[in-house]
This record gives sequence, C-alpha cells and structure tokens, in this order.
Amino acid sequence: MKRVALLGMPNTGKSTFFNRITGASARVGNWPGMTVELMTAKLLIGSSMVEFIDLPGIYDLPGLSEDEKVVERFLETMPLDLLIVVVNTTQIERQLGLLLQLRQLQLPTLVVLNMADEAQQFGVKVDIERLSKSLGMSMVSISAKYGQGYPAFYQEIQKLLADSTASTVQGLPHFLSHEELAPQVDALIKQSVEVPLQLSPTLTHKLDRIFLHHWLGLPIFFFIMYLLFQGIFLLGTPLQDGMEWILTAFKETYLAPLLMDLPKPLQGLLLDGIYDGVGTVATFIPMILLFFLFMTVVEDSGYLSRAAFLMDVLMSKMGLDGRSFVMILMGFGCNVPALMGTRVMQSRRLRLLSMLVIPFALCSARLQVFLFFIATLFKPEQAPLVLLSLYIASFAAAFGTAYLFKGRFANSEPFILEIPPYRLPTLRHMFLRSWLELQHFIGRASNFIVVGVILVWVLTHFPPAADPASAETLAGRLGHFLAPIFEPIGIGAQLVIALMFGFVAKEIVVGALAVIYGLDNSHLTQAIAQQVDWIQAYSFMLFTLLYSPCLSTVATIRQESQNLRFTIFSLLWSFGLAWVVCFIFYQSARWLVR
Amino acid sequence: MSSTSLAQLKPGQIGIITNLDIEEGLYRRLLATGVRIGKPIEMLRSIFSHGPLHVRIGMTEIMLRRTEAQNIKVTITS
Repeated sequence: MKRVALLGMPNTGKSTFFNRITGASARVGNWPGMTVELMTAKLLIGSSMVEFIDLPGIYDLPGLSEDEKVVERFLETMPLDLLIVVVNTTQIERQLGLLLQLRQLQLPTLVVLNMADEAQQFGVKVDIERLSKSLGMSMVSISAKYGQGYPAFYQEIQKLLADSTASTVQGLPHFLSHEELAPQVDALIKQSVEVPLQLSPTLTHKLDRIFLHHWLGLPIFFFIMYLLFQGIFLLGTPLQDGMEWILTAFKETYLAPLLMDLPKPLQGLLLDGIYDGVGTVATFIPMILLFFLFMTVVEDSGYLSRAAFLMDVLMSKMGLDGRSFVMILMGFGCNVPALMGTRVMQSRRLRLLSMLVIPFALCSARLQVFLFFIATLFKPEQAPLVLLSLYIASFAAAFGTAYLFKGRFANSEPFILEIPPYRLPTLRHMFLRSWLELQHFIGRASNFIVVGVILVWVLTHFPPAADPASAETLAGRLGHFLAPIFEPIGIGAQLVIALMFGFVAKEIVVGALAVIYGLDNSHLTQAIAQQVDWIQAYSFMLFTLLYSPCLSTVATIRQESQNLRFTIFSLLWSFGLAWVVCFIFYQSARWLVR
Repeated sequence: MSSTSLAQLKPGQIGIITNLDIEEGLYRRLLATGVRIGKPIEMLRSIFSHGPLHVRIGMTEIMLRRTEAQNIKVTITS
C-alpha cells in the first residue's frame, strides 16, 4: 500500500480538502510512536490502495509547538510515497516559506493551491506552470470547498504515485528559517505571482467595521449566540416530537407484539431497558445535528476568530487568552477535541489552566440532558432563556475557575491569532461536517449507552422480588446510601442513580432515567414533571453541568497533561464546585420561593 | 518619517517594520505569518483602549496584544 501525508499551515482548508477526497471514510488512527491521533483514510487511486494521513497544521520547521514536533517525528519515521502540501493561494506570499522548508526533505511533493475561488476574488493570480518549474514540484489549483479542480488533482496524483517508491527521510535536514528564505520567496513571488498592491475596502472590511466595533462587537456576539439557541429550539422541537412519535409507534405496533412470547424479564430488558433507553437518546439527534450545523456556520464564516479577538481582553484578565475562549466554544461540541486543541499553546501553565476550565463547557451530551429537563419542566417560551442561563453558568464556572487559579498557572505566553477573511459556508460542507460530528456523537454514545442502560436496568430490577426502582432494589439502596450528600441540593434517589451513570458518559443520563422509571419518553416526561419541581430540576442540571464531564474527558485530561495529580485535582475541583453551587442555589431558591 | 512602536499606530496608519525585539518563539511565529523587517504593516483597529490590535501585513490579517506590539518598532509612512 502507498502512503501519502497531507501537510500545510493552519487555515489553508487542509481538513476540508482531506474530507473532500476521503469522503466519510476517514477514521481516527493511532500511530506507533506518536502521542496523538491522526485522521487517516484508505482510498483506491488508479490501481493501488493509498493511505492518506492528515497531519496537524504547522507554520514552521523545525517546530517549537507540540503539533510541529508531531509532524517532524512523523516525517522522520514513516516511509512516504508522496507529500501533499496544501497552500492557501490568497496568502501565498507567506506560505512559500514552509513549502521551501519542506522541499529540503527531497520527498516527491504535490502542491495543492487551495482557495482558487477566493484568490480570484482578491485578484491574486498565480502562474502555476512557472512556479511549479522554479520549485521543481508538481502543482494543481483547486477549491476544496466548492469542489473545483479535482479531476486535475486525481490525474496528477495518479501520475506521481504510478512510479513512486516509499522512502524515509534520512535524518531531518537543517531547516532554513523563514528569514533566510525571504529573498528566495520574494524572487518567486515577483516572478510568478500577481498580488494587488492595495486591498480595496472589500466586504470583509465593511463587515469587520460592524462585528469588531469597539463597543458593539461584544453585544452583537452575545446576540448571535442567543439567536443560535432560539433557532435550535424553534427548528428542533417539532423534529424531536416527530422522532418520538415514530419511535413510540414502532414500539407499540411492531416491537411489542413481536416480543410477546419472550419471558417477562427479558421482554422488560429489551423493551423498557434497551429500546426506551436508546430511543430516548435517539430523539435528540435532530437537535444535536442542528447545533453542529449552526456551529459550523459560525466557525466556517471566520466569525469564530473574531470572537476570540473580542474576548481576549476579558480572557487575559483571567490568565487565559483568546485561544482558550475558542477552545471553550469548541468544547460546546465535545470537551475531548477541545482539550486536545490546547496543544497549540506553548506555555505549559497556560495549557493546564485551559485544560482546567474546558470541562465546564456545556458539551452536546450535556445539552441533550438539559433539553430533556427543560422541555419537561419549563414552558416553551421560557425554554431558550433557561438554556441560555445554563450556558452563562457554564462560562461563569470556567471564568471563575480560571480567575481563582490564574496565580498558580501564571504565564506570559504571547498571543497572536490569524483573522481570516469572511467566507460563505457551503451547504455541502456544513452537512458533511455536521454529519461527521453527529457520527462521533452517536459513536461515543453507543459505546457506553447499551452497556450503561443494561447496568441501570439490572440495578433497578434486582433483587427480582422488589418492585422495579423501589427502595429495596440495588439502585434504591445505593441512592439511600448517598442521600445525605444529595438531599441538601435537592437531588432525589432516582436522579442520583442517573448522575452516577452520567459520570461514565452524559449520553446515558436520559436513557438511564427512562429505565429507572420504566417508562418510554412521553410517559417519562409526565412522571418526572409530577415528581420533580423546577427548583430540583435546575439544581440537577447545574450539578450535571459542573461535576466531572465524562470518563473520556478525564482520560483525555490525564493523557494530555501527563500528570495524575493534576487530573485528580481537576476532578475534585469540579465535584466540589458542583456541590457548593447547587447547595447555594437550591437552599436560597427554596427559601425565596417559600 | 518618524520612528515609533506598532502599538502607537492609529487605525489606517501604515508603518514599515524596522526592528523586532521579541522572544524567539513569537519571533518565528510572526515570521511565519509574514511579519518581518522591511515589510509594511497597517493598523486596522483596536478593541477598547487597552485591548488587542488588529493589523494587516500583505494579504494576511492578524491580531496581537499591545504588549507584543510595543516591541515591534516601525517608521510611519502615512
């Protein structure tokens, strides 16, 4: 099998390109000797199987950041047939430096000039034939986003792979610095690139005048976030109801009669355990999909970098920087990739402080728990505001934690961030990204959920003599045992069981509730609405938000920090904070409402 | 033509970079984004009076903090 590695600077559309050529076949793979996971995909090119590896985006070689070191180690150890370097054509003048450094490796290289469409808009013209000849590298021009230029790319890669033999770099060369390469870059640009001297005040600059306005910028940002949540609810609720209706109908019309003949306990496990548990989680798929669709727009449009820019003043007061803010926003999808994203930070203290606050980001798994409770206990017109309050609590916990501990993790890492031009996200890319994210969500959920749901079912149905989920069952006894801790914060025995499973993965919580109560989604809603009031529910949600995110997150913190003490500290801190916040909320709300 | 630091530029002003008095790691990252001696750099805006700065160099726009910008010396051309 042939092996091809994808390289390039951040913001070149390298991952979009990778997703385009590999479709949905990409997998996260572990590599021997690598500390990180890299995306890989196997594809048939011409007559040979080719393995594509997406390496992290880098600026410079030799590397100083973690990502750059990963790339170096990879290049040093893995035999490669071909190196594909993705270049952002609109910024070609400063991307050539990296290309020249990579040329020192003397590997067969294909240069992909991406964002051809944008380059045209900006009036950047590249004489590909000439540049390719000067560099001694093959070169194609594409638009990864709009899918232009791919036939030429496939033709070129086939030609290059046809007579390639895998080779390993014999020791990394002494890389020339960008400064040493500057004269060469300037000569190449002068010879084969046409760049407009002065940028006309394009749409980007007009938009920035509004979005980065020195006092309107932040209110606009929060308003956009508010609209996002409104949109998710407005579009998501009917879809969720429809999904629920379909699942219940399927159970009653087909599944129940089909399983009639099975022994009662097995029937219970299959229908009330696995089907209801998994089904309840499945109803949240439309909401999660919508969330990622909207987040993709925010990210792809280039607005996210601007949000980091706006928030840096605030973040720097807490010992963090704008990047930490972007990571927290990323954590709203899933905490795990956000934690891995802190690798771009060079200061260890800044990295640890960011890792301490990221788990407070309200991830999509927790979102699903909140959507369930909010729909159950609050009026539709209150729903978006309640959710917004939880997002604010999420930020408050993250910022408060950073503020408290900034002294211990004091750092002076400089902060620079690229501000890309605004881009129109394409529908295709929006759906592809959201689809991949949703797959990850379902993958993570299904890893735990079936096992989790069966465990909950066992705990709530044994010993068999006891009434399901009553005080005499295993779950009931556990709940009773933990009651002194959870009673003061208004969380009853049944919800405590759900919380215990939530420690493994928040995806299980709602499914576990369905099993604990032995009801399907629609009946579960009614039962909880009767037994739990809004103060208890809000306290439960706060606890779910703040206490340890999930086992995967804990494992990631351990792996990324390489420090067990820090991992334990992070766990204890989030548990402690969760309890104290819930105690204050619950007791004062009870006192006020009384 | 007067010499000053990047942090002192007003929005719309362009300066030619004359000196980069910054630590190695940041220096290399700035080079990678196209910031180097002899290049013109334009101030676009700042967020609040003490906030980070938004500058343009060639086709690339970056934001950086005031502390770092103070160590980038420029001569104002317009």
